[in-house]
Amino acid sequence: MSLEKADIEKIAHLARLEIDPGDVPDYARNLSGILELVEQMNQVDTEGVQPMAHPLRMTQRMRADEVTESNQRDKFQQIAPQVEAGLYLVPKVIE
Amino acid sequence: MHNKTITELAAGLRAKEFSSVELTRYYLERISRYDEQLNSYVTVCTDHALQQAEAADRAIAAGDAVSLTGIPLAQKDIFCTDGVKTSCGSRMLDNFIAPYDAGVVERCNGAGMVMLGKTNMDEFAMGSSNETSYYGPVHNPWDLDAVPGGSSGGSAAAVAARLAPVATGTDTGGSIRQPASLCGITGLKPTYGRVSRYGMIAFASSLDQGGVMARSAEDASLLLNVMAGFDERDSTSAEQPVPDYGATLNNSVAGLKIGLPKEYFAEGLSADVARAIESAVDEYRKLGAEVKEISLPNTNLAVPTYYVIAPAECSSNLSRFDGVRFGYRCDNPVDLEDLYKRSRGEGFGAEVKRRIMIGTYALSAGYYDAYYLKAQQLRHLISEDFARAFEEVDVIMGPTSPTVAFNLGEKSSDPVSMYLSDIYTIAVNLAGLPGMSIPAGFVDQRPVGLQIIGNYFDEARLLNVAHRFQQVTDWHTHAPQQFKD
Amino acid sequence: MEWEAVIGLEIHAQLATKSKIFSGAATAYGAEPNTQACAVDLGLPGVLPVLNREVVRMACMFGLAVDAEIGRRSVFARKNYFYPDLPKGYQISQYELPIVGKGKLIIELEDGTTKTIGVTRAHLEEDAGKSLHEDFHGMTGIDLNRAGTPLLEIVSEPDLRSAKEAVAYMKKIRSLVRYLEICDGNMQEGSFRCDANVSVRPKGESKFGTRAEIKNINSFRFVERAINFEIERQIDLLEGGGTVVQETRLYDSAKGETRSMRSKEEAMDYRYFPDPDLLPLHVDDAWLDEVRSSLPELPDAKKERFMFEYGLTAYDAAVLTSSRELADFYEAVEKSSGGETKLAANWVMGDFAAALNKDNLEIGACPVNAAMLGGLIQRIADNTISGKIAKQVFEAMWEGEGDADSIIEKKGLKQITDSGAIEQVIDEILAANPEQVKQYRAGKDKLLGFFVGQVMKATQGKANPGQLNELLKKKLNS
Repeated sequence: MSLEKADIEKIAHLARLEIDPGDVPDYARNLSGILELVEQMNQVDTEGVQPMAHPLRMTQRMRADEVTESNQRDKFQQIAPQVEAGLYLVPKVIE
Repeated sequence: MHNKTITELAAGLRAKEFSSVELTRYYLERISRYDEQLNSYVTVCTDHALQQAEAADRAIAAGDAVSLTGIPLAQKDIFCTDGVKTSCGSRMLDNFIAPYDAGVVERCNGAGMVMLGKTNMDEFAMGSSNETSYYGPVHNPWDLDAVPGGSSGGSAAAVAARLAPVATGTDTGGSIRQPASLCGITGLKPTYGRVSRYGMIAFASSLDQGGVMARSAEDASLLLNVMAGFDERDSTSAEQPVPDYGATLNNSVAGLKIGLPKEYFAEGLSADVARAIESAVDEYRKLGAEVKEISLPNTNLAVPTYYVIAPAECSSNLSRFDGVRFGYRCDNPVDLEDLYKRSRGEGFGAEVKRRIMIGTYALSAGYYDAYYLKAQQLRHLISEDFARAFEEVDVIMGPTSPTVAFNLGEKSSDPVSMYLSDIYTIAVNLAGLPGMSIPAGFVDQRPVGLQIIGNYFDEARLLNVAHRFQQVTDWHTHAPQQFKD
Repeated sequence: MEWEAVIGLEIHAQLATKSKIFSGAATAYGAEPNTQACAVDLGLPGVLPVLNREVVRMACMFGLAVDAEIGRRSVFARKNYFYPDLPKGYQISQYELPIVGKGKLIIELEDGTTKTIGVTRAHLEEDAGKSLHEDFHGMTGIDLNRAGTPLLEIVSEPDLRSAKEAVAYMKKIRSLVRYLEICDGNMQEGSFRCDANVSVRPKGESKFGTRAEIKNINSFRFVERAINFEIERQIDLLEGGGTVVQETRLYDSAKGETRSMRSKEEAMDYRYFPDPDLLPLHVDDAWLDEVRSSLPELPDAKKERFMFEYGLTAYDAAVLTSSRELADFYEAVEKSSGGETKLAANWVMGDFAAALNKDNLEIGACPVNAAMLGGLIQRIADNTISGKIAKQVFEAMWEGEGDADSIIEKKGLKQITDSGAIEQVIDEILAANPEQVKQYRAGKDKLLGFFVGQVMKATQGKANPGQLNELLKKKLNS
């Protein structure tokens, strides 16, 4: 599958990545090359093969319903780009 | 001093031949002398390390020392370290002071080890040459024009150049074994679930595994003893007992069944590397091992399969880097979409963006079945190949990498040729198996690595098999000329 | 043309756990912003989710209560989208294999009939944080305390045909989750809320029309209004020759209308895939049996039992079992009244419910407990006081003046059952009203009430009404 300029723009938008318009052809070429590699998968018929999501055949472990975390807001917000009154600030959200 | 193994260093500390502070200063001094040429560290933690060394000396004096108390190590900059910058090789996290310690870091600290610093790596561990790092490429100590491999290139170069006695790494598709091979050191990627992923910044969650980069199997066993074990904060952590990896190092390998996958010796493998691997295998024959050819028929599908699964998981794992709660935020965002797109567009490098886009595409509506589901099915077939092989043999051997270290810039403009350099390591991650790379010779003065793949949770056997080899060969003791003294 | 509405609800019930679904942070409502958002909730680099066992147990309880198949192997998936209140850029939810499969529920309609509504599925997921739109220099503030709070999303089949049915269904679900004690049902705090999928089609048509999804409606009243508004809007649109657009709409309670949400206009591609940080969740037989045996009696079974055991009408039984607290209260009152099933029902549904309503109190927090109310009913049953006096005693109890017996004693409200004493008062009244006596005896029967009233007035209502009637008639007719 070969990707066009419009495909790159659509994917970049979905992934919220700003791509310099000048770089779009490069991305289109590289990603098309990767997809070509990936499509070698089609050499094998996988009809009826169980998909494998995890390497180990384990099941989900569960924890007890206990509060184990204390308030560390100050520490966590020291590394935040912009906070005020304990809130993380972002450009206005329009619903 | 810098040629001592960590077993020897621990004995020296115990015997008060030198203190941990002296040892730490010695390594810090080597780093300041040599690392400008290598660029193997992103952060050197001088004060922090000396404090830890002082504490270790107190523990040794008080008789509270455990096996690695006072031994310096380097942490790959993918492990969160409380109060210390954790960059993951990315501009996105250039300002990120982690507010907590990773499980691995906790264990190393708890064992009294001294963190010299954080090592350079491919950005978010995506790369096989260390050229995608925001902090610039790492150079191979054996030849400064060559790449050290990746993504744990900084750890590999630091250990090879004796800028750390031992280091941690992570391996998603070969990121411990391939740089270990290219830098001539011993690297071990444990079974998925053996080492906690808590606090290890995720690239591809179902493939990532932390491990060890050392100069010998014996050293690797000591660090793995510290790192391995159950962590309740990681749902994929295995509740398996951890054996003492040192206890079985000297077991005989007579009668050991070694499988050589014919697909690992096919077209694409450099003839010189093939010869080095064959003579390494001959050493095992001499030690009484039985060698037979096996087949892993889906080997050629491992790279395509991996380049769906890993990007798909990474596209989602890296969504949290959005400029809101931590990390890079673009200047003056005009609206929310601008904040997201520019923070991520400017914060991530080209390879990371490529993989996010491939993954986003593979998961998007209409393509999921053709890409992601198909890849998961192939993953199953690839893991069954190994399961069948391990019914016949105890370990699988082959080259770690099809060539020795290539030159900086040689493959950086062609992602697909770069991806194919991981052809022998990637399937191991898809299956979740443990794998090692150990030094097995040189081609054009660049190291060759022998890969040893074991069955699930069979790390003790891998270390044993590697250790026996290292007792009859000296490839692992060679040091790069420029960093010898 | 006659139109028919087709409605399906997605109800989000916040599960009443102490800690979050994937982290050990507290879920308490109303904390200072971001003080209950731990590293996992903030999606810091390197953190991982670990599942809260209680969340799974609660989801299984719900599944069993709606007769659903429990997903013995369910899978957590990531729903990927960017939003500032979604810290990781994905929500951990369940997609292909939910914990609760197909189930059903019976709702009672206003005309007394019942209708079975299909439950398509119920799945576990984490809640998002909150965006605060007060102006911070033109910016929005993000509070992530709610991020990671466990939700059970209950999806109904499109079986509902009117706003009233939708409300009845939602009330039934709310009563159920409260019975099970898995959700507090508090709609004001947002721990029970719903999205409604609404479409219309010509009556008789079997194909569904294009639907609109109305987001986040947080009261029964608003559910009814929002759906009715939306039905009208769609009918007007279609009758005017237009078409309905598939979109997400927001209910504006101030204006009483729904409007299109601009931020959700873009078609969403959530890129669901199994969360590689979490493993498949298994629920085994032993655990499921344990959950089953811990289930309380459910509303429908309780209603049947109330009808059979206490001889109540279907209506009374339905009202009394509408919440577990009310049902428990009724049973306690009935018991301490000495088995006065009907009287107890009337009092609980009547004066007691009215008093709660008036003072806006919960059963547990009101001044009259079950033993007190039962004690009062006993005094009615044993003729110590009349029903009318009982109302007076009840009011005094509500004011905190003590139990029935002490109030009756203190206020001297004990009923006069001594025939001689009653006769004496009757004689006085008859003597004082010769004109009325004459009229009564001439055939004006209605005047009996006048005499009863006079006697009651003279005895401050304490004369036993039965005896009084009998004696009065005897005197007047003699």
